[in-house]
Amino acid sequence: MFGWVTAPAPERRLLSEGRLRGPTLYVIAIMTFAMVVVAAAGLALANAAGIVARGVDSRYAIQIDDSAALPKVLATVRAVPGVIEASPVPEAEMRATMERWLGPGGLGDELPVPALVNVGLAPGTDSAALGRRIEQAAPGVRFVAHSQVVRPLLKSLRVLQWLALALVALMAAATSAVVILAARGAFDTHRSTIDVMHGLGATDQQVTSLFQRKIAIDAFFGAIGGGVAAALALLVLGGGASALAGDLAGGPPLTSTDIAILAMLPIAAVVLAAAVARVTVLSALRQSL
Amino acid sequence: MASHWQGGRRCARQAVEQRKGRALAAIVEFDSVGLRYGTGAEVLRDLNFRLSKGGFYFLTGPSGAGKTSLLKLLYLAQRPTRGRVGLFDEELSDVPREALPAFRRRIGVVFQDFRLIRHLSAFDNVALPLRIAGKTEAEVEGPVREMLAWVGLADRASARPATLSGGEQQRVAIARAVITQPDLLVADEPTGNVDADMAKRLLHLFTALNRLGTTIVVATHDLGLIAAAPGAQLMRLENGHLADPTGALRNPPRGPAPERR
Repeated sequence: MFGWVTAPAPERRLLSEGRLRGPTLYVIAIMTFAMVVVAAAGLALANAAGIVARGVDSRYAIQIDDSAALPKVLATVRAVPGVIEASPVPEAEMRATMERWLGPGGLGDELPVPALVNVGLAPGTDSAALGRRIEQAAPGVRFVAHSQVVRPLLKSLRVLQWLALALVALMAAATSAVVILAARGAFDTHRSTIDVMHGLGATDQQVTSLFQRKIAIDAFFGAIGGGVAAALALLVLGGGASALAGDLAGGPPLTSTDIAILAMLPIAAVVLAAAVARVTVLSALRQSL
Repeated sequence: MASHWQGGRRCARQAVEQRKGRALAAIVEFDSVGLRYGTGAEVLRDLNFRLSKGGFYFLTGPSGAGKTSLLKLLYLAQRPTRGRVGLFDEELSDVPREALPAFRRRIGVVFQDFRLIRHLSAFDNVALPLRIAGKTEAEVEGPVREMLAWVGLADRASARPATLSGGEQQRVAIARAVITQPDLLVADEPTGNVDADMAKRLLHLFTALNRLGTTIVVATHDLGLIAAAPGAQLMRLENGHLADPTGALRNPPRGPAPERR
């Protein structure tokens, strides 16, 4: 009779005058919306960090102040086993890049332009040894790992990612608090019904199931509403974000696994609400005989 | 199939014989029971009595004597603050909280204030004990309709308590209490809101239940009700204790008197 998911009509009538339909539903909808959007942002940041990290992995740059040393450096580098790419950046490209800061013609012809060589290493290649050989061949030349350059960016992305996770956890906690308040309110509202049921031999499980089911229904509709709104928001935002992510990191902001995780969040909110309602009502019941 | 029915009759006969054999055993035992609410004075003191299985008892006494508190101990809404309460051959102080619903399902209660669930119909209120006990809707429908007809409310089955008169609400409360044919029926002023005719009908209902083996405890001020049940026994409470331990025999009992302590 008291299977809490599918309750017969007489059981549903027991709490029919409840005030559960109200703020709880909307608060859970808002929480779910925020949770999904923040989780999506966190996952997108994680993806971006991963894409960036993979993109710069085994990539190095050699900065040569005196471009006369370029041929010697190139010869040294190309002679090292494990170097799969050593391509100098054309001077025109360097000048074009610098003109972004100095303005057109700001560099002038008389100013020397430093040379830059992009280096790609095969996995497992000893980059430190390569650095030492370059230093021996052309003292003063800088051998820089790309990962070192983007490390602050990656660190920021990781921090933002953890921040998003913390926000999701906080929102889950806030949702739990709302459910606790709702369950306690409903419990007080229906105190007389509960007392009568207890007096007639209802078990705690039977009474709890009524509240658990009622709150789970509210949470379900709230979570579906919030989830759908979040999905729409992400679709709208997603177009621009995809292009941006493609430009910045060279990949989509969310993978199919991420989307599956996001789709699970409203379900998790319902399960969480039902579990919290159950624990709240059971603990309240245990205070009575 | 025939042997099945014969087996069924044999079982029923054995059950009746067992019930007769148990008739003199105690269904309720109070031993030095006291009850206080919070830090207040004891509202019940040194209660020592036994109620026989199948007995019919009236609990009388002035207002504030502790009748309702005693009934609360009987229907397990309170635990005693001292002493020992035995119910259905079990010592209740040893019984964990989780086991109490099974005891409560064997007890029917008519509350003084009815305690009907206001958003349920009369039918649903009466059906509630059966549903809690896990009966299917098919098993609920017939007995509830029958019981509502018996208390004269067949045509009010779908009415909510707010639309019923005080007497009708009381009859719904009584129907709810007896629908499961409990082993122990506890009623707090059950005829307080009904006319003499209905009071007589309700007493007949209690008597019929009592004949089927239900132990009845009725708290009442209604002397007419007591007089109409000459086989019943009296318990009188005054200032929280049984004022007249021999008072249980004032209304001559039909059967042997319960053992006195």
